[in-house]
Amino acid sequence: MSGVFSPTRARIKERTLRTDKWWLQPLVTFGVLISFVIYATFRAFEGANYYKDHLISPFYSPCLSDACLPEATILGFTPFAKEIFNFPLSPALIILIFPLGFRMTCYYYRKSYYRSFWMSPPACAVAEPHKKYTGETRFPLIIQNSHRYFFYAGLLLNVILTYDAIISFKNPEGQWGHMSVGSLVLVVSSTMLWLYSMSCHSCRHTIGGRLKNFSKHPVRYKLWSWVSVLNHKHQQFAWFSLAAVAFADIYVRQVATGAWTNFYFF
Amino acid sequence: MARNIKLRIWRGDSTDGGLKDVVVEANEGEVVLDVIHRVQATQMGDLAVRWNCKAGKCGSCSMEINGKPRLACMTQVASFGEQETITVTPLRAFPIIKDLVTDVSFNYKKAMEIPAYEHPKELAPGEARMQQIDVERSQEFRKCIECFLCQDVCHVVRDHEENKKSFAGPRFFIRIAELDMHPLDMLKNRKKTAQEEHGLGMCNITKCCTEVCPEHIKITDNAIIPMKERVADIKYDPVRWLGTKIRKREGL
Amino acid sequence: MTLERHTYDVLVIGAGGAGLRAAVEARESGLRVAIICKSLFGKAHTVMAEGGAAASMGNVNDKDSWMVHFRDTMRGGKFLSNFRMAELHAKEAPDRIWELETWGALFDRTKEGKISQRNFGGHEYPRLAHVGDRTGLELIRTMQQKIVQLQQKDGRETGDMESGIKVFAELTITDILKENGKISGAYGYWRESGEEVLFEAPAVVIATGGVGKTFKITSNSWEGTGDGHALALKAGANLVDMEFLQFHPTGMVWPPSVRGILVTESVRGEGGVLTNNLGERFMFKYIPDVFKDKYADNEAEADRWYVDQDNNRRPPELLPRDEVARAINTEVKSGRGTEHGGVFLDVSKRISADIIKKRLPSMWHQFYELAGVDITKEAMEVGPTCHYVMGGVEVEPDTAAAIGVPGLFAAGEVAGGMHGSNRLGGNSLTDLLVFGRRAGMGAVEYVKKNGANPVSEAATTAAANKIQAPFDREGGENSYSLHAELQEITHNLVGIIRTGSELKDAITKIAEIRKRSANVSVSGGRKFNPGFHLAFDLDNMLLVAESTAKSAINREESRGGHTRDDFPIMNEKWRQINNISSFDGNQVSIREQALPAIPKELFDLFDIHELEKYMTPEEIAKGGSN
Ligand SMILES: Cc1cc2nc3c(=O)[nH]c(=O)nc-3n(C[C@H](O)[C@H](O)[C@H](O)COP(=O)(O)OP(=O)(O)OC[C@H]3O[C@@H](n4cnc5c(N)ncnc54)[C@H](O)[C@@H]3O)c2cc1C
Ligand code: SF4
Ligand code: SF4
Ligand code: FES
Ligand code: FES
Repeated sequence: MSGVFSPTRARIKERTLRTDKWWLQPLVTFGVLISFVIYATFRAFEGANYYKDHLISPFYSPCLSDACLPEATILGFTPFAKEIFNFPLSPALIILIFPLGFRMTCYYYRKSYYRSFWMSPPACAVAEPHKKYTGETRFPLIIQNSHRYFFYAGLLLNVILTYDAIISFKNPEGQWGHMSVGSLVLVVSSTMLWLYSMSCHSCRHTIGGRLKNFSKHPVRYKLWSWVSVLNHKHQQFAWFSLAAVAFADIYVRQVATGAWTNFYFF
Repeated sequence: MARNIKLRIWRGDSTDGGLKDVVVEANEGEVVLDVIHRVQATQMGDLAVRWNCKAGKCGSCSMEINGKPRLACMTQVASFGEQETITVTPLRAFPIIKDLVTDVSFNYKKAMEIPAYEHPKELAPGEARMQQIDVERSQEFRKCIECFLCQDVCHVVRDHEENKKSFAGPRFFIRIAELDMHPLDMLKNRKKTAQEEHGLGMCNITKCCTEVCPEHIKITDNAIIPMKERVADIKYDPVRWLGTKIRKREGL
Repeated sequence: MTLERHTYDVLVIGAGGAGLRAAVEARESGLRVAIICKSLFGKAHTVMAEGGAAASMGNVNDKDSWMVHFRDTMRGGKFLSNFRMAELHAKEAPDRIWELETWGALFDRTKEGKISQRNFGGHEYPRLAHVGDRTGLELIRTMQQKIVQLQQKDGRETGDMESGIKVFAELTITDILKENGKISGAYGYWRESGEEVLFEAPAVVIATGGVGKTFKITSNSWEGTGDGHALALKAGANLVDMEFLQFHPTGMVWPPSVRGILVTESVRGEGGVLTNNLGERFMFKYIPDVFKDKYADNEAEADRWYVDQDNNRRPPELLPRDEVARAINTEVKSGRGTEHGGVFLDVSKRISADIIKKRLPSMWHQFYELAGVDITKEAMEVGPTCHYVMGGVEVEPDTAAAIGVPGLFAAGEVAGGMHGSNRLGGNSLTDLLVFGRRAGMGAVEYVKKNGANPVSEAATTAAANKIQAPFDREGGENSYSLHAELQEITHNLVGIIRTGSELKDAITKIAEIRKRSANVSVSGGRKFNPGFHLAFDLDNMLLVAESTAKSAINREESRGGHTRDDFPIMNEKWRQINNISSFDGNQVSIREQALPAIPKELFDLFDIHELEKYMTPEEIAKGGSN
């Protein structure tokens, strides 16, 4: 008997005496995350329907394998072959590792999947089911400490996705100065990604949090203050950006398969 | 406008115990500590409970109310439903002494293990100059009233007695962060010891400490995560590590 | 069962600011120290102090100096303060604050990076070092951590962190022991287990804080039961001027469960305004003559003061506490109070919500959570609450040695004299530091000179028997109800406004309760039993109440924290007199003793016209002693 049932503690039979619906939040988080994972896996392997008329799905950008549609690449830059060890590689698989790693090691997502998937703990003051616990002190979880590198990669991706959003201001004929629902969708998704990255804890640390004396670094202090404001809302940005990216992909896919037509405002 | 409310209070000691039902009068505006005192004065003269300030300032009256770690003096009776039974138990992460009183000595032991502040030798009393923006971060952590609710709720020790040896707990992570961010503290290796001796790596940032902190200290966001990042600087980031070797950089 | 015994060089009873500072001092001089407290370590009253610690560092206004601070203190105490204590306090306070900084305290800062200082009632210049409105917490935590630092040092040297200084938390001292007329130790019980403990030590520092729990409406916690006052009396020490109790003008009045909880004076310091139910800013009516030249008599000037303090007089809301408390009391009694028997205190009109939350965070919190009032939008309801006892153990100013008992020292709220008839806000926190340190030094010197003084078997047995007694009685009085009765008596008869006949009545009634309290019985076991704990606290409160009532009936004037309806004015003759309480084992008796005369150099710090308001012509003519 360990934990709250240890012999030295007050004898109480229940795992928790909470009377509210503490299980609701982990359950919802679990549901949403698992649906996203299933959809993303399906899309990552689909290897098609990611591009149409200057709209590229964020799941496939940058498109780096020679399996890519030439229009979807950045100036034809395709360092990867379409097959590795005879395994047909969807272009998404090359790139998704970065946003995946970024989110897997994100301090906020860590909290939510530790709670909802691993139940460690399922909710506050609810006993967890595990016998042993070592936290993030050993392999594999010690890798979480590499989050900042994924953050840097994430910034690079954001630049590219912003570029994609800008490209989407072309009409199908390739002329600039046009805007469609698709452009809007990409703008929203890249903006949300920026907000997500800028509100990141590693960002907050790098930009100024690591300093001991703010007063000696007034500019970094200002930046840190701004990032801190965003950081406050990191959880919201995490979900909004996830939803925005997923929606952008769905939208591009629907347009690419012809299910939806991309409406042009002008 | 007194009314009767139903209370379930855990009574017992280290040998045995259980929840006892009582009905007690509650007046408008009263907090849970008030009704517990009424129970004490009228029905159970020897009911053990800690308290001091009755204003959320001293952190003595920590207990679990309907399963949640809270200060009894800051929990309004009116925040529960008219018909609801309010269940009151001692903190469940610490050894029980009697009724609502637990042995919180774990926390005082941990406090003694955190290396103290080290003032610059060359600065005589009165000579220190610090800007408000430089002290603000540490000041947030110094708001801590040592109610130990965060220590109680933290699953690392709540659910794993054996971790108590190697884990200082959120209250002391903010203490470490406070000192590491203190503009004048001279002690150098706080990041390293935080990770290697005080168990910072055990924390999986699930934020329950922040949820229960009555002082609304952002324990996880402002102390634990920044400390994890600082630890990464010296232990897990080869580029930063190299940087510190090449030229001595501030903040490390 | 063998009795738990400990031997130390110095025993510090009380882990508030005064006790901790004394302990640090004694340990740094190399002695072995035990710190004993009734609650957990770090929960003493000091933790609740909000406003700040007064020290004339002159960081905000460089005109400030120890002399101005000294003058303010004497004036606030209506010239009844022990001049030497006030002098030491004013001189040493800045060093004590700076010293905290070297131990890691983080006060709020000025633009130049110095410690910021705020205005407070009775202080001529902004003088209170502070951290938002949780200064006491900063003070106690800093010293707690300083003690940890000393323990870590001992740990490195001896392998045992607790070898040089050890905290005994949740332990109540019930007796101070003497052998051959000198201190030999103390006796008490663990609150947790009820087991008894004997401490042997040649020096004891009492730092047990206040007596608020003797009263019904108080800002004090259960700890404020006057234990130290009673322990000292029983050990043969004297109490000085126990009639002077500070009723803080602004305690919460609603809801009933929080009645008495303090609303810090900083609310007024930051610009809070008091109004009655007619919306009238009534404090202008209550400026006493002695303060006419320092306080604004119109709203325009009072408002201007917040921006220009050099050319305007300060708002009357910042008058010394006794004046404000009496004014509120009068307003309420004249039917101009609020629905719940208080007056309104409003900051929302003058400062913005953001600044309120920044400068008064815990006040905002307290009202929001406990009363459902958002002080950034609405007024608070406030009324007087028993807050602080000026009276206390009579001590030697320089060493804090209790007069009459070799080896006994007292510092902090439990010591008397420093604050005269009325304490200025913020002076207590620095009092703790200044005299805590001095008590530590005094004890060290004493121990080095005198050495150990073992406790005899007889003394131990007597102390043990006393603890067992209430368990052996059956069907006796209930300590909770006796306590409630006592509080009713003090509240009604020894409160803010007193009269001779009521005080007489009070003395008889207190004596009756004392008689009944000898028959208190306790149900349940020894283990963490609050009923049992209260039985002992009650005994102390009764002694304190008796001393207060008897001193009060003796002092036939009104001054500071003592207002007699039948003697409504201040009387120069009484300014020269201290009421000294002593205890013969049976009852408290009062004797009048002349106040030490103020030396010339301190006398000369004052304007003669000011002194004329307080002193007799003969005293003025003498111009201070030499
Ligand atoms: C709400 C509030 C706000 C205040 N704000 C201010 C302010 O802003 N500025 C200011 O200067 N002052 C302020 N004061 C006053 C000041 O805080 C107190 O006067 C001061 O803290 C008293 O300190 P102390 O060290 O004498 O004793 P305390 O801090 O009261 O400590 C007493 C100690 O003695 C122990 N003790 C008592 N009896 C026994 C016993 N029998 N056995 C063992 N241990 C015992 C207790 O456990 C405790 O540890 C405030 C007071 C209150 C209540
Ligand atoms: S965030 Fe970390 S320290 Fe806080 S409760 Fe969770 S595991 Fe414990
Ligand atoms: S950090 Fe918050 S929850 Fe933890 S002990 Fe301090 S005040 Fe309590
Ligand atoms: S992205 Fe969430 S913390 Fe870095
Ligand atoms: S009694 Fe002090 S926090 Fe509740």
